[in-house]
Amino acid sequence: MADVTLTVDGKTITAPAGTLLLEACRKVGIEIPAFCYYPGLSLQAACRMCLVRIEKMPKLQTACTTQVTEGMIVATDTDEIHQARKAMLELVLANHPLDCPVCDAGGECELQDMTFKYGAGGSQFVEIKNHREEQQWSPVVFFDRPRCILCYRCVRVCNEGMDVAALGIQQRNSGSVIAPNDQTQLDCEQCGMCIDICPVGALTSDTYRYKTRPWEMTHVGTICTHCGDGCKTTLGVRRSDDGMQIVRGDNRDKSGLNGEFLCVKGRYAFDFANNEERLTQPLVRQPNGEFAPVTWEDAIKIVAQKFRVARDDRGGASIGVIGSTRNTNEEAYLLQKVARSAFGTNNIDHHRTTDYVALTRALAGKKHRMASIADAGSAPAIFVLGNDPTEQHPLLAWNLRTNVRHNSARIYLANHRDIKLQRQAKSSIQIPADGYAAFARFLGGEENSVFGEDAKALRDALRNEPSLLIVFGSELRGSAIDALAEFGLSLPDTKFACLGDYVNSRGAADMGLYPDLLPGYVPIEQEGGLRAEYGGRMSQQAGLDVAQMFEAAARNELAVLYVVGDDPAERLGVDADALRNTFVVVQDMFMTATAKLADVVLPTSNLYEKSGTVTNTFGDLQLVKKAADRAGVRSDLELIVRIADTMGEDVHALVPFGKGVRADMGQSRGVQSGEADRHGIWLAAHNLEPKLSPFDPNAVLDEIQRLVPGYNFDRMELLAGTSQHVDADGSGVMEISRFANRPDGAMPSADTLFTSGTLGHYSEKLNEVETFQAKKSMVAAD
Amino acid sequence: MPRLVSHPDEVKVVSRRFGRGATNIDRYIELDGYKAVRQAIEKGPEWIIAEMKASNLRGRGGAGFPTGMKWSFVPKQSEKPKYVLVNGDESEPGTCKDHLIFLHDPHAVIEGCIVAGLAVGAKTGFIYLRGEYRYLLTIMEKAIADAYAKGFLGKGIFGSNFDFEIISQTGAGAYEVGEESALMESLEGKRGIPRIRPPFPAVVGLYGGPTVINNAETIASVSHILNMGGEAYAKIGSNRNGGTRLFCISGHAERPGVYELPMGYNLKKMIYEVAGGVRGGRQLKAVVPGGSSTPVLLPSEIDIGMDFDQVGKAGSMLGSGGVVVLDETVCMVEFALRTIQFYQHESCGWCIPCREGTDWLKKTLTRFHAGGGEAKDIDHIQYLAENMLGRTFCPLGDAAAMPTIAFVKKFRQEFEDHLNGKPCPYAKQQELTLA
Repeated sequence: MADVTLTVDGKTITAPAGTLLLEACRKVGIEIPAFCYYPGLSLQAACRMCLVRIEKMPKLQTACTTQVTEGMIVATDTDEIHQARKAMLELVLANHPLDCPVCDAGGECELQDMTFKYGAGGSQFVEIKNHREEQQWSPVVFFDRPRCILCYRCVRVCNEGMDVAALGIQQRNSGSVIAPNDQTQLDCEQCGMCIDICPVGALTSDTYRYKTRPWEMTHVGTICTHCGDGCKTTLGVRRSDDGMQIVRGDNRDKSGLNGEFLCVKGRYAFDFANNEERLTQPLVRQPNGEFAPVTWEDAIKIVAQKFRVARDDRGGASIGVIGSTRNTNEEAYLLQKVARSAFGTNNIDHHRTTDYVALTRALAGKKHRMASIADAGSAPAIFVLGNDPTEQHPLLAWNLRTNVRHNSARIYLANHRDIKLQRQAKSSIQIPADGYAAFARFLGGEENSVFGEDAKALRDALRNEPSLLIVFGSELRGSAIDALAEFGLSLPDTKFACLGDYVNSRGAADMGLYPDLLPGYVPIEQEGGLRAEYGGRMSQQAGLDVAQMFEAAARNELAVLYVVGDDPAERLGVDADALRNTFVVVQDMFMTATAKLADVVLPTSNLYEKSGTVTNTFGDLQLVKKAADRAGVRSDLELIVRIADTMGEDVHALVPFGKGVRADMGQSRGVQSGEADRHGIWLAAHNLEPKLSPFDPNAVLDEIQRLVPGYNFDRMELLAGTSQHVDADGSGVMEISRFANRPDGAMPSADTLFTSGTLGHYSEKLNEVETFQAKKSMVAAD
Repeated sequence: MPRLVSHPDEVKVVSRRFGRGATNIDRYIELDGYKAVRQAIEKGPEWIIAEMKASNLRGRGGAGFPTGMKWSFVPKQSEKPKYVLVNGDESEPGTCKDHLIFLHDPHAVIEGCIVAGLAVGAKTGFIYLRGEYRYLLTIMEKAIADAYAKGFLGKGIFGSNFDFEIISQTGAGAYEVGEESALMESLEGKRGIPRIRPPFPAVVGLYGGPTVINNAETIASVSHILNMGGEAYAKIGSNRNGGTRLFCISGHAERPGVYELPMGYNLKKMIYEVAGGVRGGRQLKAVVPGGSSTPVLLPSEIDIGMDFDQVGKAGSMLGSGGVVVLDETVCMVEFALRTIQFYQHESCGWCIPCREGTDWLKKTLTRFHAGGGEAKDIDHIQYLAENMLGRTFCPLGDAAAMPTIAFVKKFRQEFEDHLNGKPCPYAKQQELTLA
């Protein structure tokens, strides 16, 4: 819209016609206070804090509902407005308890801030305040009614943002109250958005309430370890007896690619880190069959020696390595590098949950066809095939809903189930559970009597979309993805995304945790120059995948199995007998099913306790910052380096750190905490080498940036906290036919909103919520 | 059924069929019923609006907006259906006129509603009755059914090619819903909370369609205006205030009741002649001129004509026509408390100043009247009301603030008489009950 010029407090400002006056003022630094106004949600004009004087208007006007017009003359900084704001705060404080010293929001409360800034230092209220008892609405949400100032943000975010409508308003006058629409409890997704959006301490979370003061915590914005969407979560950590403990997870600064959004897992399921079953000492199996704790030095010595002997005596191919979907890119990259070069094996794999390889192959050589998760919030049309984003990719679901709400985006669905997103869909069809591949071919034009008129109408609608985002779940793999991509590429402007399950599922794939593919999906026989980079020691023979490794072990062909942050035994139902002749080393936080079969268990830190990068399933690369710390555990990166070092490997060849500077093996804590990041910017500007330690993930990231196709991102932007979209565009794939009949090996985990693979078992809060939800749905079914 | 009153000064227009059996459709037709609408069909919307404008009829709900002008704001073309909405949510304390209309002359509401529909091009009308008037719904619904049976509603009304449907609905007992946009929310089945404006109902109203919403008395006047001609109607009243008005005189009057008097009729005369003066020959203490939300007038201020402009000039408002007579036995602090109790109870709770302000005022006035007042409370009561005034989401906040300010300013001495723990000095004379 055309710009208009108006005057605010004597300043001439320009804004597009139709802009809300409040937004126009904020853009030029004129602050207009508001409780009920919230960008992206419907307008309320209820709190009356944003009243301003507009010339020619008889009454004060709410800046949150007034659109700017040409020549408008506005006053926001007059005695009249100061008094209006002060009085409004006096009124809102009339019934608001002044229990700030014990209130969760104390110190980060908008009402406190506004009272401090706009007045009502003294109270004229001498009457008895209205009081009601606190209520618990769900395992995560508590409501302290007297603190509520009725800004209706929670109601709106629940209704408009989440499309859940668990919250409503009851009663009237000063008895007005926010309440669950389902009597006394929340029938919802337990996302906690209502708590985050509450400007005061009326809504509080079970995990955080009355635990600490906000200023006693350090707030670290990092990436949620759970699903593949990669939301930023801000962890509040506080010193504890054995390190730094996570006390709170929330979306405090809203600067991540998730914007406003965070789900139950990102907010509350950090508690696995504090689980009592957490391992904190290296364990070595004794001749009597029992585990016994040993020192780190001994443990690493035992492991390194076993690895070296296996390699030297039985050959690298006798070693199997399984990586993690929750480790950083740096750890994944280094693991495959150490495996291929130091261990001399290509038996390397990870828990695949979808077929990134097929999509990369299908789009080989085509630039900018891989979508960012932000595209789901802005694309004019989106086709979601398979998956249930509400359950498995909550941020994607949020972006899709918001896109419909704000931009009237058109959503098309094809699924074998009823999914919640149907409520936003322009059209939605049901297809057979085993009909995804056939449907992909049907879209491409292959007629099939299984698909009726509704499917044809959907196909026609998609064909008529000038710009389309296609998002598909792990129901589609291999050649089905080819067919879908072919259809998509025949349309004028299409982007794609494929949905994997965990925080770094995509990163693990991009970093080459495959027996037959190098980082960037380069076929091992092509090697793409990596052989020379890895000192010429890498074999170009494809190795074994996870299943084949266990088969080899059963055949007594696997001397060593090195499992870094995965639980294949649980997933594949492996028994102890299969591994009786294999030396199994497991790096994990817990005594998982796989750890129980191990000979050595090395306790590790989780994603919240380390630095590095992860790549979400859309290919958005983000910085992971160390928030918590736990005495007794080590990061996987450190352990990989230490094992290789103890094996006698040249650490400088594995990790390009400290140009010419000797390794300082003792500095792990400092660099892990991200200090090097901050110093790094200064050091780099002075042409000094910041990476002084082989445990510095930045040193590994240097190599990733240099060698992994697609990872040519802007480092400074990444360090500044902006996600970088990596387009593993298949430029490294040279011989496409090589992939034709490659088994995808994917085992989708089918997690819900309230589960998170093995890790989820150790989150008490997640388990509690899951039980609560299950009980509720049982009641509903009665 | 309430007893009807009358006085020779009355000019019976809207009330001319009261007590004459006009709930019966045939009787209504005998009494010139459904004549205006036939004429309206014949002469078309422009004629209707011209007559309405000429009549100087101003909205009888309280705001006094010229009805003809309101109708002319409705866009001719609209993608969404247009609606006519009759606001029968009569809730202002002291006001009881619409009640009589629904009771005695429901067809006048139907006829006015059809005419409004013809004027703006609406095909559907809604008659919204106050929740507490639920017992009048049977009368209203019978009237609507009779009109359908005669072909006055439905397809091709009166043999023309116009269609018009009327649906009646009751509220759930919220004063707030008398506010036009809150009424629309309520009618749509939502919480009775007002809407942000603009857009105004004439452009985006009920179900998002252009909507004409008028008070029941306004709508009931329409057929009479068309029958007698806009100019003739205008002449009955005063300058820019056409016609008559149903004044509801209550309180300490000798002959309380609803009287139809020309706009601009002198208030003093209204109390002392039409309503027979103050009950028992007592002294007049104050008059609330237009329903409980209008600032109180002192006896020295009542020699004014009762129209929107003259009462406005006197510092109050004509409001909804509810004239409350208060004699010397009234404790004005208690009256202020009783007034604020009502607004506190009826505040919808949406915005801070009204929700918290009325609550605070009620608490303070309760304590104050009970003898717990301090000198600073008097200024504080005024401060609170002044800081609500003009800053609330809808006029309900003003409705609570305006009279409160007037009570403190005009009866400060009575407030001071309550100080120092004294029991209410007026307690022995308590006789006031509000309708």
